[in-house]
Amino acid sequence: MDKPSKVLIIGSGPIVIGQAAEFDYAGTQACKAMREEGVASILVNSNPATIMTDEDVADVVYIEPISLDVVTRIIERERPDGLLPTLGGQTGLNMAVALHDAGVLDRYNVRLLGTPLEAIRKAEDRDLFRRMLEEIGEPAPASEIVTDMAQARAALGRIGLPAVIRPAYTLGGTGGGIAHSEDEYERVVEGGLRASPIGQVLVEQSLLGWKEVEYEVMRDGAGNVITVCNMENFDPMGVHTGDSIVVAPSQTLSDKEYQMLRSASLNIISALGIEGGCNVQLALAPNPETTPWAVPPGDRLPPYYVIEVNPRVSRSSALASKATGYPIARVASKIAVGRTLDEIPNAVTRKTTAAFEPALDYVVVKIPRWPFDKFPFGDRALGTQMKATGEVMAIDRTFEGALQKAVRSLEIGGRSLLWEDPAWKEGHEERPMHATDERLWSIMAAVRRGADLCALSRQTGVDVWFLHKLANIVAMEKRLLSEDLTPGLLRRAKRLGFSDTQIGTLADRLPEQVRDLRARWDIRPVYKMVDTCAAEFDAATPYFYSTYEQENEALQEPGKKALVIGSGPIRIGQGIEFDYCSVHASWALERAGYRSIMVNSNPETVSTDFDTSDRLYFEPLDEESVRDILENEAGGADPDAADLPPSIVQFGGQTAINLAAPLHASAAPIIGSSSETIDLAEDRKRFEAFLGELGIPQPPGAAVLRVEDAMTTAEALGYPVLVRPSYVLGGRAMEIVQNPTELARFAQQAAEASGGKPILIDKYLEGKEVEVDAICDGERVLVPGIMEHIERAGVHSGDSLAVYPGVHLTHAEVEVIVDYTTRIGLALGVRGLMNVQYVIMPAETPAGDSNVYVLEVNPRGSRTVPFLSKVTGVPMVRVAVNVMLGQTLREQGYEGGLWPRQPLVAVKAPVFSMSKLIGVDTYLGPEMKSTGEVMGIDATFPAALAKALISADLALAAGGGVLLSVADRHKTQMLPVIHHLHDAGFRLYATEGTAGMIAALGLPVQRVTKRLQGHPNVLDVIADGSVTCVINTPEGRYTGTLRDGFYIRRAATEKRIPCFTSPDTARAAVDALVAAMGRPGGPSYQVRPLAEYRDGSA
Amino acid sequence: MSDALLVLEDGTVFAGEPIGAPVRAHGEVVFTTAMTGYQEALTDPSFAGQVLVMTYPLQGNYGVNDFDVESRRIQARAFIVREGCETPVHWRAQGTLHEYLLGNGVPGIAGIDTRALTRKLRTAGVMMGAVTHDETAALALARLRELPPYGATDFVPWVSARKAYEYPDGQSAGARHVVVLDLGVKYNILRVLHRLGCRVTVVPCQTSAEEILAMRPDGVVLSPGPGDPALLGYAVETANGLVGKTPLMGICLGHQVLGEVFGAKTYKLKFGHRGANHPVRDEETGRVYITAQNHGYAVDDAGLIADVAVSHRNVNDGTVEGLRHRREPVMTIQYHSEASPGPLDNMYLFERFLAMVGEGMRQDQTASGRRT
Repeated sequence: MDKPSKVLIIGSGPIVIGQAAEFDYAGTQACKAMREEGVASILVNSNPATIMTDEDVADVVYIEPISLDVVTRIIERERPDGLLPTLGGQTGLNMAVALHDAGVLDRYNVRLLGTPLEAIRKAEDRDLFRRMLEEIGEPAPASEIVTDMAQARAALGRIGLPAVIRPAYTLGGTGGGIAHSEDEYERVVEGGLRASPIGQVLVEQSLLGWKEVEYEVMRDGAGNVITVCNMENFDPMGVHTGDSIVVAPSQTLSDKEYQMLRSASLNIISALGIEGGCNVQLALAPNPETTPWAVPPGDRLPPYYVIEVNPRVSRSSALASKATGYPIARVASKIAVGRTLDEIPNAVTRKTTAAFEPALDYVVVKIPRWPFDKFPFGDRALGTQMKATGEVMAIDRTFEGALQKAVRSLEIGGRSLLWEDPAWKEGHEERPMHATDERLWSIMAAVRRGADLCALSRQTGVDVWFLHKLANIVAMEKRLLSEDLTPGLLRRAKRLGFSDTQIGTLADRLPEQVRDLRARWDIRPVYKMVDTCAAEFDAATPYFYSTYEQENEALQEPGKKALVIGSGPIRIGQGIEFDYCSVHASWALERAGYRSIMVNSNPETVSTDFDTSDRLYFEPLDEESVRDILENEAGGADPDAADLPPSIVQFGGQTAINLAAPLHASAAPIIGSSSETIDLAEDRKRFEAFLGELGIPQPPGAAVLRVEDAMTTAEALGYPVLVRPSYVLGGRAMEIVQNPTELARFAQQAAEASGGKPILIDKYLEGKEVEVDAICDGERVLVPGIMEHIERAGVHSGDSLAVYPGVHLTHAEVEVIVDYTTRIGLALGVRGLMNVQYVIMPAETPAGDSNVYVLEVNPRGSRTVPFLSKVTGVPMVRVAVNVMLGQTLREQGYEGGLWPRQPLVAVKAPVFSMSKLIGVDTYLGPEMKSTGEVMGIDATFPAALAKALISADLALAAGGGVLLSVADRHKTQMLPVIHHLHDAGFRLYATEGTAGMIAALGLPVQRVTKRLQGHPNVLDVIADGSVTCVINTPEGRYTGTLRDGFYIRRAATEKRIPCFTSPDTARAAVDALVAAMGRPGGPSYQVRPLAEYRDGSA
Repeated sequence: MSDALLVLEDGTVFAGEPIGAPVRAHGEVVFTTAMTGYQEALTDPSFAGQVLVMTYPLQGNYGVNDFDVESRRIQARAFIVREGCETPVHWRAQGTLHEYLLGNGVPGIAGIDTRALTRKLRTAGVMMGAVTHDETAALALARLRELPPYGATDFVPWVSARKAYEYPDGQSAGARHVVVLDLGVKYNILRVLHRLGCRVTVVPCQTSAEEILAMRPDGVVLSPGPGDPALLGYAVETANGLVGKTPLMGICLGHQVLGEVFGAKTYKLKFGHRGANHPVRDEETGRVYITAQNHGYAVDDAGLIADVAVSHRNVNDGTVEGLRHRREPVMTIQYHSEASPGPLDNMYLFERFLAMVGEGMRQDQTASGRRT
């Protein structure tokens, strides 16, 4: 095959559940691979918070919507001769298929690289897939589609019990179930046929409780095939693999079973003809004592079934890459442009090639990170719909150690395996044994109470082998509780992954005392290398994990160096933006002549690519492991504080910044803003006094302890007020309260959540919200840009549409903001990045000035750093790192003040994953809910906005139906929006009060009732497709309309139609539609490389 | 619990916990990187005379059973692991690793930093080691220095069949008769040949070419086995007498023996090839196959006669992995096409061999017919 000369790479768009940072990692590797192969790369992605959209990663970068129209225009302009569709998740794959189907690839002579279209279809189409499996003799679970009971009874004869019944086209799989008896089967199928809008159900052989095993396999154009890694799920079949705890390599499979499934996987990738990587999921017969099946006689192998194939790089392949050191995406990209496996050098050993299978000499455990700490009312049950936003990985030489380190890495309020829900009292059977995010802990609780492991396995489907390992942990807990702490016992506990904190809790000591004992007894972790080859070859990878053994391979890195503390798992409020910052921090250190040392626990990211930093420690981001690493880098036993390398805590989000105080307390140096600066900004009382001294206003408020005081304070401030516990993170448990009744209820809850600490009551200023990121060197403050939020204050900044530059700000407002930012940065003693959020209240008299208030200051890199870096061209992280290393802004060629406004407008839009989180309310408020972001960039605001909305799936098409249910206080401001909607040809549907208002305007409106009050009701018009958009602004949390609104919003979310809960967002979307309406052919925007917008040629 | 020690020839000592039989042992310390298949490895006769180190830290997870054996007993002298699973779980398991070692009178050590040990062997090369639990390291080292080195002993007679037998026992169905010269054969070679429709006769290592030819074989397999091929003059002589008389397949040690027949010398590798992940390139097709390997010696192609070509090479280090005779039906591979443990990707080689056998049976003139 001829090597292409120019290749288009499609990214995966915004971070959503099921499609997270792993595709930034994959895309970035693909771009690097193209460069190494001498192939030009064109990249398109709508997500600015990615390394792949950095302008030095690909040759040409488009931050544009991944739509057929846009990508076609890019192809038209760039004329690539190849398209790499397999690196951008399902988004990339779907776009490739769409381009093919639209004839675009043929028209412009673009060759699909890697995976042939036929393979994509075979892997994705259920029937084609089954037919292919049949042809190559690989078993698929029996299944049949039935539409009546007679068919169902016939199907049962062929499929057998237990059977899974899945109704077609029901939301979240409602109406289905598992039948264990014929009676149950009749009942469930009947119910399923009724529930399905097309009266069709799929009856499938049940493999619930079977072992779920995955293989990551690769194939090149010459037909060579290898396995990179196999992985075994702790959670058996029935839980999405993205929601499963996963261990690599498999632990409970014999060699015969391992090889049988390996061969099956290789047969499949060969039959599909994939040139690149592929993920194969299989179900293997489990322990028949816990999940029965017919055991064969003699030495016959157990049955297995092929469940699913992903004909592309996936989340699992990112995990497999990090678990083995084998760079799957990079190798897959090179194969796609014609290389064979044995021609591709192994970047790890630098001696061998990519044609081998990694040998692991450690255990890897992955645990998903779920968002239920943010959404306590969401449905926590795990099943076939993935719910995790991210994941953590840990490596150790014992399973117990890897598991416990992974738990530490989750960063759920310091929760170790010791945690138990207070509700799981002795004797109560309240522990969730079905799959939930808390099942690991409830199994631990059961083991602690002496549960029979076989019975526990029958109940959960978790293999007894894993349960024995948990029992080992419990046995150690008991020893630590009852025995004296001796060097031998302590070492054993560390080998099983117990943290100093856990040991302290059990052995009745402070964590620091345990640490001291470790130092005295010389019980320190050693660091071993991830080298793909189990030490068979000398490897060059600077990729390490800790364990408690003999030989330390991570000898002190020589020379000037600094530690970059990463941001851990992707979660709501702490997304890929912080990984972007961490990666750039590492690169900036290298440019400045420092050795960069990265610490992180997230396998999906670019930061944990072993060639991002000079050295990578794959470790939990807690005090213990960071201090151990620092001591290791200082040369091991009892180092002087002076020998400890400095740490950078500004870029890893709240995870890293939270380590500032403990590191400071242990005399570990921090570069950049000091622990004191961080504390001043975060301690509300101190910060209030600080702003007072500067004469910079803040919304008035107070901290109170009792509900009664809350009421009087709120009266004095005037409603609405913002209420929150005093130690909030990312807006948790924060609420805007409109009246005393709501306040009484919420203050009570907040007081309880505060656990005796004060609750904060602030005047809620519903003004224009503005945020800035700035870099301060102690002398000057550089403000690269100002971002204005479309939604007024009250919607979390991470959930707001943000516009650069502040197109609606007056000159005076900009001046005040720059002035305040400068004074705050200097007075706080910020060294490096900070983020300030402001609210602007309109002038009280037409001649007066508007008032600017400071909402909060975060002395660290923020979520908007990648966005702002890309639109302004200021390499913010690099500049900040240089400042931390002692270079002034001026020495770097920057003056203080506001960076020149760029000749472009960029809009950042949030993206949500709400359709995957059953039971979660989608209305926007002070608590962040989005999982990702997209950027629309163009020369004008309407064009930029249009593109942001398209990428965020919020763009409206003219002429549909809209359901309006608007809070009384928003009715007036919604009038123009309603007129616009009518003018745009929308049919208007509205609930009682809103319909009355619309009718009064003289516009036609269809009145719909509330959900339980006859038909057509609000849910009917959503379900039957009458409406294509919902505008529902809630009154407040504690009123009936919020509950009713909840059902409207959920219905819209599950129907995947835009649902606006802020009048501001709705207005923006309608304005964008109106702007597009005047033009033939829809919205008008440009499609250009990022750089062209900045240089003004757009 | 007293410590168990592994004392290396160079004085390095690793301490751990004793598992298996409470006896002393010594042998050449070698490591394998295969992540599964400990029972197959332990019973692989090629590990005779060796102390086996597993680089994967968790061993014994799925217990042991009657089926995953490659010979009649554990062949390794001792077993070194990071962790031996005391509570294995598998529906086929009949005992634990510890019980298995104990039952075979073989000692083991758990709790050793096997990665440090592996790195030691990789850099210094394989060396002799003593496993002990009841003496000081110094005593063990002194004793070790008195013992013959690995390369001085011919282990083949120890592991080979005492007398000829048919596989499976008593059943002699099968159109093609394949004789296996047992230099330390793995059962899976016999299982595969049987499954492919062969009548299999296994003969002891000292069997002469005349004796074998008298059995009227349709083909002969020279099996894998332990030790230095330079000590196997008798097997080389047998092999020499078979070339050109009947189709031949040499596997591992059998390959090395045939190499010597064809004029090549063998040499000792620094730390061998042991694992389930070694890439081998078929020199004719360019295809790369993942192979199971277990060898400490390799064939040097420098002395090969002109009639013999190198058919396969290791992608990592370029060592010879297979030979092909240009005129006679002879094929050899340095690796283990029978797998067990390891990938099943190379089973086609048995079919290729049997194709040769089939052509020989049809008196076909083109004796080298290579088809897959």
